[in-house]
Amino acid sequence: MDTSFSPEDLAFRDEVRAFFAEAYDEELQARMANLDTFKDAVIDWQKRLYEQGWIAPSWPKEYGGTGWTTTQKFIYEQERTAAGVRDVIPFGLTMVGPVIYAFGNDEQKERFLPGILKSDDWWCQGYSEPGAGSDLASLKTKAETDGDDYIINGAKIWTSYAQYADWIFCLVRTSNEGKRQQGISFLLIDMKTEGIKVNPIISIDNHHSLNEVEFNNVRVPKANLIGEENKGWTYAKALLAHERTGIAGVPDTKRNLENVKKYAREEVNGGRALMDDPIFQQRVSDIEIELMALEFTELRVLASVASGGAPGPESSLLKIKGTEMQQAVQELTMEVAAYYQGVLPTDLSTDQIGHDFGSSARQSYMYGRAATIYGGSNEVQRNVIAKAVLGLE
Amino acid sequence: MNFDFSEEQGMLRDSVARFVQDDYDFDTRRAIADSEQGMSAEKWQTFAELGWLSVPFAEEYGGFGGGPVDVMVVMEELGKGLVVEPYLATVLMFGGLLQDGGSDAQKESLIPQIIDGSLQGSFAYLERQSRFELADVKTTATADGDNYVINGEKVVVFNGANADQLIVSARTSGEQSDADGVSLFLVPAEAAEKITYRMMDGQLVANVTFNNISVPATALVGELGKALPLIEDLVQRVIVYLGAEALGIMSQLNTKTLEYTKTREQFGTAIGSFQALQHRMVDTFMSYEQSKSMLYRAVCSLKDEDDGTDSEIHALKVMIDKAGKHIYGEAIQMHGGMGITDELDIGHFAKRLMMINTTFGNGDFHQGKFNELRYAS
Repeated sequence: MDTSFSPEDLAFRDEVRAFFAEAYDEELQARMANLDTFKDAVIDWQKRLYEQGWIAPSWPKEYGGTGWTTTQKFIYEQERTAAGVRDVIPFGLTMVGPVIYAFGNDEQKERFLPGILKSDDWWCQGYSEPGAGSDLASLKTKAETDGDDYIINGAKIWTSYAQYADWIFCLVRTSNEGKRQQGISFLLIDMKTEGIKVNPIISIDNHHSLNEVEFNNVRVPKANLIGEENKGWTYAKALLAHERTGIAGVPDTKRNLENVKKYAREEVNGGRALMDDPIFQQRVSDIEIELMALEFTELRVLASVASGGAPGPESSLLKIKGTEMQQAVQELTMEVAAYYQGVLPTDLSTDQIGHDFGSSARQSYMYGRAATIYGGSNEVQRNVIAKAVLGLE
Repeated sequence: MNFDFSEEQGMLRDSVARFVQDDYDFDTRRAIADSEQGMSAEKWQTFAELGWLSVPFAEEYGGFGGGPVDVMVVMEELGKGLVVEPYLATVLMFGGLLQDGGSDAQKESLIPQIIDGSLQGSFAYLERQSRFELADVKTTATADGDNYVINGEKVVVFNGANADQLIVSARTSGEQSDADGVSLFLVPAEAAEKITYRMMDGQLVANVTFNNISVPATALVGELGKALPLIEDLVQRVIVYLGAEALGIMSQLNTKTLEYTKTREQFGTAIGSFQALQHRMVDTFMSYEQSKSMLYRAVCSLKDEDDGTDSEIHALKVMIDKAGKHIYGEAIQMHGGMGITDELDIGHFAKRLMMINTTFGNGDFHQGKFNELRYAS
């Protein structure tokens, strides 16, 4: 048992740190923060990471991964968050990409992986439906055979960034025979196809990132089917376990907690910094201590994956605890922001308003409610652990 | 970065686990805890034969030369068996202070006796008023020619009933809570007066009174007046070892509760089929996993040379306190009426966890220290 860094690890840390300091400059950060330039800024940044060779640390080396050790991946995440660098958009790189290289055919790998790695294609995820949330297997969007094509009819919902997307990966129903999970297929659909309509959903944080996507007689070539027909549930499940190992988001939450502390030192109540208030300190350390443990829980899972184990149902633990911690920190940020937690997006400057983090605190906190709901609600995750880990029927 | 155990650590774990399984069932444990001595000399001899008593000691004194991870492995398995024999008191605390601060002569004469099982020891540090403050020492040791004369009282001395030798903290200078001026002395237990009493976790402890007990200058352990850092170092390690024991106990509580809910039927079905209970058992499972992670984090920090160790240790104590209460609370509740009987082992696991939580400072105390360390402006 050893968690110390070797000299090679320390050299790697310095390299990563220097790269972020140089490449993630203020201009880029400003473009990321502005909704009008957000998409282009993200693509520019991800292309820069691609050139650096660091766009897909968790992919196998043969498909464009970095070949880093668990320790190096850990260091990379530490440095990324410490530098305030936004994580990559997950839909292509951590969601559909791994499904394509694991279950797709050679033609599909050649056709789709480069566009994902180079961020030429923006992907979105078509899982949930108006009638299928946590009970995902009840999905009804239909794919009916017509020669070499499928004809798709139905609707997907809560689709993040569908308004930007070039492609959507979907779970569709290809059969009503047998168990519900058995009639589902995994299909890649070009968003420019005729019959697709994207309807915006304004979320509780007053932003537009979510959408409903309608499919009306949408024709999709069967060449876009991943793996076998009716096996899509298996591929989606493999993806979920993969996704959950990073879903705890510990490094980002740590960074956010550091920001809370920074702000709480500047906020003064009755002559005393908020950070010096013992009750506030207690709330901070309740979270910080849990987070210290969660960081090691994540490392234990990653180390076991690195030595050949699969991220099993234990990864549900990371999802539950990780999202609870995210929300706890977001809540604390709101407490620090006090009145300014209510500020909506505005063209006024920080000087005019008087504060600079109230609006972002509100946005993170409000949208953060989604974290315990998406990716399988935390209640569903508890069901997963109860059944698969504890053996409770 | 790895979280693997070495082959030797695996063998050590198996050895203790096998003993607990084959030779230390709950009835055996109860009989030993209720016996006059509160421990089994015969079992202790088995510990010696299996080499466990040598684990943390340097090879030059006949030890195994083990590190914190080796001890952690032993303590976790001892925890699973609720073993009452004074491994912590004699080997880890008394032995640990000797190993760190003892003179060559002290180490050469005493460590081999610990390893062969013939010597029982105690670290007598706690006083009526001191609660969790290690520097709060009223017991005095006054120089008298070549000797020191000790006066004062120590309370809740672990293994105090059976110890042959005590290491006693006493003030040789300074005021009651000064960091400077605390010294450690080896005192033969027979020289002091003691009263013994039983604790809820099966331990037989003692209050020990020193009335003008004279010891030679060679009885000094470590530097005169500079014992506090030595004690604090020991306590850091002991907190990790107690954390390992607690983890073993939590694992037992969760396992036993899970088994029980799968077999206990009410309303015509196993109560483990109720989602209200399933989700709560998932939460205790997560508390256990989080405690394990914090324990690993803390044990690794003992080896690191950075100065982060203190806050990792405080965090471990906070985590074990919260997780322990959560887990034993749910274990008792889900066992229903049986959970509150003396007959069932669940309550005994709970009581040991409670004593672990208070030893060297409860969660609140350590969270206060953590806050001070990390957030003080």
